[in-house]
Amino acid sequence: MIIFLPLVAGLVLAALPRLSDRTARWTWVAVTAVDLALIVGLWLRYDTPPPGALAFEEQAAWIPGVNSSYHLGVDGLSLPLVAMTAVIFLACAVYALRNRHRPRVQAALFLFLQSVSLGLFVAADLILFFVFFDLSIVGMYFVIAGWGHGDPGRSAMKFFLYTFLGSLALLVGFIGLYVAAEPHTFDMPTLAAATPLADRPLAGGLVLAAILLGLAVKTPTVPFHTWLPPAHTDAPAVGSAVLAGVLLKMGTYGLVRIAMPMLPQAWRAWAWVIIVVGVVSVLYGALVALAQTDLKRMIAYTSVNHMGYVVLAVGVGGLVAGDTAQARTVAVTGAVTQMVSHGLITAALFLLTGVLRDRAASYDMRSYGGLATTAPSFAALFAVGAFAGLGLPAFTGFIAEFQIFTGSVAAAPATAVAILGILITAALFLRALQRVFTGDTRGHSVGFTDLHPAEAWSVGSLLLLSLLFGVLPRPLLDVIEPAAAAVVDLVGR
Amino acid sequence: MNDVGQVCLWLLVALPVGVGGLLAAVRRADRVAVPISVATAAVMVGLSAVVAAARPAVAVPFVAGAEFALAVDGLAALMLPMLTVVTLLVLLAATGEIRASTARFHGVMLIFAVAAAVTAAAATLPALLLAWEIMGAASYALIGFQWRDDDRVSAGLTAFLTTRAADLGLYVAAAAALAGGAGLALADLSQSSPGWRHVIAAGILVAALGKAAQLPFSFWLSRAMAGPSAVSALLHSAAMVAMGGYLLLRVEPLLAATGWAGPVTTGLGAATALLLAAVAVAQRDLKQLLAASTAAQLGFVVMAAGAGTVAGGAVHLVAHAATKALLFLAAGVWLTALGAKQLAGLRGVVGRWQLVGWSATIGALALAGIAPLSLWATKDGVLTAVGEQSSWLYAAGLTASALSAAYAAKILVVIWPRVPADRRAQVQARFDEEQRGTRRVTAWQQVPLLPLAAGAAYAGLLALPPLAGTVGRAVGEPGKFHASARELVVSAVVALVVLLVVVARRRVPEPRWALRWLGLQAAASALVVRPTLRCANALARFDDRILDRGITGAARAVLAVSRRAGRFDDRILDRAVGRVSAGSLWVAQRAGRADDRWLDAAVEHLAAGMRRLGRLARRPQTGQLHQYYLQAVVVLLLGVVILVALG
Repeated sequence: MIIFLPLVAGLVLAALPRLSDRTARWTWVAVTAVDLALIVGLWLRYDTPPPGALAFEEQAAWIPGVNSSYHLGVDGLSLPLVAMTAVIFLACAVYALRNRHRPRVQAALFLFLQSVSLGLFVAADLILFFVFFDLSIVGMYFVIAGWGHGDPGRSAMKFFLYTFLGSLALLVGFIGLYVAAEPHTFDMPTLAAATPLADRPLAGGLVLAAILLGLAVKTPTVPFHTWLPPAHTDAPAVGSAVLAGVLLKMGTYGLVRIAMPMLPQAWRAWAWVIIVVGVVSVLYGALVALAQTDLKRMIAYTSVNHMGYVVLAVGVGGLVAGDTAQARTVAVTGAVTQMVSHGLITAALFLLTGVLRDRAASYDMRSYGGLATTAPSFAALFAVGAFAGLGLPAFTGFIAEFQIFTGSVAAAPATAVAILGILITAALFLRALQRVFTGDTRGHSVGFTDLHPAEAWSVGSLLLLSLLFGVLPRPLLDVIEPAAAAVVDLVGR
Repeated sequence: MNDVGQVCLWLLVALPVGVGGLLAAVRRADRVAVPISVATAAVMVGLSAVVAAARPAVAVPFVAGAEFALAVDGLAALMLPMLTVVTLLVLLAATGEIRASTARFHGVMLIFAVAAAVTAAAATLPALLLAWEIMGAASYALIGFQWRDDDRVSAGLTAFLTTRAADLGLYVAAAAALAGGAGLALADLSQSSPGWRHVIAAGILVAALGKAAQLPFSFWLSRAMAGPSAVSALLHSAAMVAMGGYLLLRVEPLLAATGWAGPVTTGLGAATALLLAAVAVAQRDLKQLLAASTAAQLGFVVMAAGAGTVAGGAVHLVAHAATKALLFLAAGVWLTALGAKQLAGLRGVVGRWQLVGWSATIGALALAGIAPLSLWATKDGVLTAVGEQSSWLYAAGLTASALSAAYAAKILVVIWPRVPADRRAQVQARFDEEQRGTRRVTAWQQVPLLPLAAGAAYAGLLALPPLAGTVGRAVGEPGKFHASARELVVSAVVALVVLLVVVARRRVPEPRWALRWLGLQAAASALVVRPTLRCANALARFDDRILDRGITGAARAVLAVSRRAGRFDDRILDRAVGRVSAGSLWVAQRAGRADDRWLDAAVEHLAAGMRRLGRLARRPQTGQLHQYYLQAVVVLLLGVVILVALG
């Protein structure tokens, strides 16, 4: 119901060409709001399922020939992401109330994307996961190509080809798992319980490599990230928000949902490679972001940095040694928290940069200055977003990063070098803040219109949620912690 | 009683956060901001008094593996009232200086005050780190308060990044505490496993030195002077910088447990006290002088933590907070009224506003260490403990206190002597150098100076019997804290002599290295900032030119390959297929012809043969019975012959 409500609404919108733009926009908001309300209801009724099991499970035969079923369910890893997805789509719907460019089709497309994203996070079957994974790529391709600016066709094509290629690698890995499992199946809980390829390190390593390649492209980690900056720069604001906020999480979610529980031996064997990729992504992403003059590109690179923390922490989850189980659980908890946190904060930041595009058609930080004079609300929200993005305490970013660092460094002291990442992100966010908003009012800042209510509300509510869970993290962590501990246990087998 | 205490502790945190957040967020709150914020600060003073008496502790689950815990022990009970009182007084005095965007100013100041209070009461590392970093962010927002001025925002950025660089130590310390097995409570850190204990101590030490503007981090405090004077009075003397020293006092058992951390801390504190005092002597700008002096005075607190006298450090912190807040507020009054903070523009300023002048004089004399004012006794409490451990460090400390008398005297010889009429124009030319002066001093700017002056004068009683014993018991080291009589006499004489010499000579040496704050910022810029930026630019180029182009190149290569394949497809495969089809057509035609000529003919022949056979077969069917009999006999005979032959 929750998953397909947006899809149905989207189909209806797509099927009614005569609908007025205004109705289409408000329908979109209403549907996403209802969906979010349903998810909140779900959260309130949620009880942590026993390790290895899912809550609110649904299963129906789908492709019995290959033992693939329509199998859904949520646990502590997916529920926060499901809720985050619904929040981001609602914020995008509200933000897009000002959109004049084919709003009906856009609403339909985003509702489709929402269904696909929600479906991916609750999928408990590899084929189902893969289908949603690929559909998300298709949906985003049309978003960038249809509503983008700059050179959207090329960027969209690059995004599509790159991530689609990655998804093929993922499919190869999935088939490897299917073939190795006895009896052959695509069912996730069954595969996690059976751990096929446990005693075949070479095959296990190859299957893991295929899966990792697919997920690394989507996450993205260095060196597979180069599709991200052009895709973001040319995507519309709502597209970027969904791309960074939701779609990137599919990569890291795949790591904790598929790679870690199903291939624990291979994961342990390759943990250091994953950690190194994570650390490199953290530092490389931060440094390259520091050198950008285009604000949107800069935020895109900080996504590489922030996703690097997640990869680092889940890599540490595989360092099974001695009495570090608690530290590894803390790290993986931090990783899942970071997915939620990054979704909220980056979506807010991308929506904010969309305002620059809307008013002055430029993301070049050098062409602004003293914008706080003409757009004080915009400046205030951006400042809050920047501080949230640099991991200031009282925002979710701190909760996530603190746990990632304490857990990772406690289990693997060499990872302490990644902590430098938060210093560099602090430098780049505050430099951006200074370049665009402070000093004398000049360039495009002159005559800049401040935020409209739709923009302020959508961004404000995202940041408010980040603040809320940053000050009172328990409701979130109570859900995540048992699931993270279960994943760490599974990897430790 | 303790329930009341707990509620008050939560209120102490929640109330100013709520009020401050609202003030900072709601636009057009400027008109009501001052009364609301001052009332909140007054309530905070009351609450801090209650918690100081009740000593409550509270804890709630927070991140994975650690609680958010606050506890008011003897040390915190000493600190919290000081903090809230100074906050209240500074907010009152700021009304004269901050006239625009007051809601934003007061909102952030209140949030800062809470962060400082939480830092003081924090009982676990996550709680500490949370408040610690919010203090840093608030400092950024307040230094860059006048954001139209790029230079001030840059100064805030320098301050925030420098202190955050040091803060990374706390993240490492938290990780080491988790690995060390004793948990993240500050009180348990000294019990974690020996290997990790060193890491924890090193991490905390770095973070504390950064916040306390000790060497080599001191330069950020110089830049921080770009902020409003009220901000300097609270953040850069009484609260934030002080919290750096305070943290070391709080983890003193940990420093002692490692063996090496105590002496290193004392050494770094002594080095800062000495060198930054020399820097202060050389400054020509009042706020810069006070800033360098703050770092130097915090050096004594750091020495105290290293030498193991928590009470000595805490009392010095309190006395210094009152003294320095007073001097910064006075500097702020003059800056607002005259637009000048260079000493050259402040000549004879005592004559203009007597109350401000006298208060500042008390502050300067206390800073100089003149008996019986506060810093004289508190500093000697620290130096006594240091002297018991190392005579070299003691000598450094005593020299530093002599230098503090010199820079305090430098202030006095500027602000007191009446300017002769013929040189008045020269002084007035320096007015309005920094900003347009109002030439007015409000009552609200002057009133807060009085309690601070009282503090600067009398806080030293805490370091002398009988109060010293009480303080010692409160912080958990009964009977240990004292300032030796010999030390008190020696330092009083040294301070007085230096003061008199400077007053008599009216000038002090101002070496360039000291005037430029030891070149610390230039060094940080050359060694850290520029290489990082260069590295970032190089990586960005690498990303665009090599990595991205590599991927695009790979895609292009795929395209080229597919084009080749296309050509191959067109030219060879397609042609081959064409040939094949042409060939098959030809074969088919041939086959067709063969079909016509051979097969069809063969079939015709066959059919003709069959017809002939048919005709032959019809011949026996004559219809005459005798011929049938004959045929039957022949067949039978043949059968018999065959049977016989086989048999």
